[in-house]
Amino acid sequence: MLPGVRDKTGLVAASCLAVFGAYVTYAGSQLSYVADVGPGPGFFPFWIGTGLLLFSCYQIVLCWSARRHPNGPTQPNWHGSRRALAGWLAMALSIFLYRWTGFTASFVLLTWFFIVVLADRPAFPALAIGIALALAFQLLFVAALGVSLPAGPWGF
Amino acid sequence: MDALGNLLLGFSVALAPINLFWCLVGVVLGTVVGVLPGLGPAATIAMLLPLTLKMDHTTAIITLAGIFYGARYGGSTTSILLNMPGESSSVATCLDGYQMARNGRAGAALGISAIASFIAGTVGVLGLMLISPPLARFALRFAPPEYFALMVLGLAMVVFLAGDSMVKALLALLVGLWLATIGTDLFTAESRFTFGQAKLLGGVDFIAATVGIFAVGEVLVNLESRAAGEVFKLPRGFRNLLPTWQDLKDCRFAFVNGSLIGFFVGALPGAGATVASFLSYGLEKAVSRHPEKFGTGVIEGVAAPEGANNADAGGALVPLLTLGIPGGNTTAILLGGLILWGYKPGPLLIQEHPELFWGLVASMYVGNVLLLVLNLPLVPLFAQILRLPSYVLHPFILGISVVGVYSVNNSLFDVWMMALFGLLGYLMRKLDFPAAALILGLVLGDVLERALRQSLMMSQGDLAILINRPISATLLTIAAVLLCLPGIRWVRAWRLDAVEREG
Repeated sequence: MLPGVRDKTGLVAASCLAVFGAYVTYAGSQLSYVADVGPGPGFFPFWIGTGLLLFSCYQIVLCWSARRHPNGPTQPNWHGSRRALAGWLAMALSIFLYRWTGFTASFVLLTWFFIVVLADRPAFPALAIGIALALAFQLLFVAALGVSLPAGPWGF
Repeated sequence: MDALGNLLLGFSVALAPINLFWCLVGVVLGTVVGVLPGLGPAATIAMLLPLTLKMDHTTAIITLAGIFYGARYGGSTTSILLNMPGESSSVATCLDGYQMARNGRAGAALGISAIASFIAGTVGVLGLMLISPPLARFALRFAPPEYFALMVLGLAMVVFLAGDSMVKALLALLVGLWLATIGTDLFTAESRFTFGQAKLLGGVDFIAATVGIFAVGEVLVNLESRAAGEVFKLPRGFRNLLPTWQDLKDCRFAFVNGSLIGFFVGALPGAGATVASFLSYGLEKAVSRHPEKFGTGVIEGVAAPEGANNADAGGALVPLLTLGIPGGNTTAILLGGLILWGYKPGPLLIQEHPELFWGLVASMYVGNVLLLVLNLPLVPLFAQILRLPSYVLHPFILGISVVGVYSVNNSLFDVWMMALFGLLGYLMRKLDFPAAALILGLVLGDVLERALRQSLMMSQGDLAILINRPISATLLTIAAVLLCLPGIRWVRAWRLDAVEREG
């Protein structure tokens, strides 16, 4: 896809940061650079954005030139990323469900997913572990420490 | 005399039953997270920080500091028994500790590790007690230009020591500085980068960001692998955990070496316990009569790095409590905690809140004794924690993270921020961007910007104010030299490469 570039992932990351740097510089330039009492609110963001843009461009150059060096950067291993991202999506879904199910039920489902789907363990013990952990959270944080947690229609 | 009186004040605070109890909770929790690979003190402190908001602040800092230095004790257990460091600072311990375990001397390795940790940890606290007050008195001369220069120096050292790529560290730092600009500008009340979200007017929630990047990010990285290592069995009986008299004699230089290197390296912002432990191990090997035996299970090879990574904890608190500069992940979170509790970490902290500073110092003496007493007999118990399946641990950590973040403002928005920062933390680890640089940018960004703008207001826009004053000029020069060093090294390497190619 990108012949000659050894650190392709690094190149993509640096390009994203360059775009982000350009945005910060632009947004910073829209704020006042100088105020009545000295530097304005745009002063700092403008220079941060410029720094981001310059360094990410330099990083892009490094990614292109990495091929010349035999000991240059190696590609990150993305094999396990599917599991990690599945875990993150499950967590995001459980947060999304808080409004309707509350923390406790949502947390039981999250634990069940981690044990059954990600760790490939039996479903029934997974449910028991999920309920035990959720109960422990309720007892420790809600009952003992008085911390409030997102509640479902049944009050917990 | 003054220090003695203050120390007595500190002990009166630290020995109060409630503080003693929470000190014990902190060091035990620290040992547990040190034992568990993949859950560090930074993530734990970030998770528990919101729960300390309702506590007495001195009790809270005693608890969190207990986790910080307690983790250093626990980190050696996995290094010795599993060849898997519980903490990055225990990597050097693996070299000889694991070999000792393979040679049937796991008990002696764990015992010497606890003793070295106790000696060096106590030396570290002594250093913290003696150096901090004069350093804070010197820093009282600082005005906004000096503060700006100090922040630049702190950031420059962290970037310099961040990892393999300085450019990546600088980029992470700039992203952190940008995050710090989000919200309402304190000087003009104008909103910046809020994307129409009223909840961002107060800025990015520090707890959501740190819990996301460290705790959630760590869980996601650990989710990638299902592999679990094999744990060596410990010899039964307390006596088998005690090193012999000859072992202690062999380690006498390692105790001194670990204590001093650990403390002074720890006091340098950005250096960290990992650097200290490797330096100490290297020095021990360099002066040893039998350097060739290092790596095969030499007891000094365990005592030196373990001592260094414990003395580092005392050293790391010096710049944090006297100058308000954190040297790494955990101290950055502790700094955030101090700010959240309403303190202004800096030169006036010791003067204005002596009970906090001296209570913490005294609690560290107490905590080190507790750790020694607990660690020797309870090592087999702590080793059992390694058998806790990760599929139970991971949702548990995520649950604690959610509870911690939500409990601060009762806001689901903050929980979503935590989730997003978790993804960012995971990607940063995968792409080798140092998360510490981003967090430091976020913590120091506000102070840095305020100090710079106040300086420019003082000089009516003239940047020369930053270099006309001797202290700020010196600090900025040191920062510039530090930032140039990698460039000089690169040019030298390039020249050597060119000469080799021509030859």
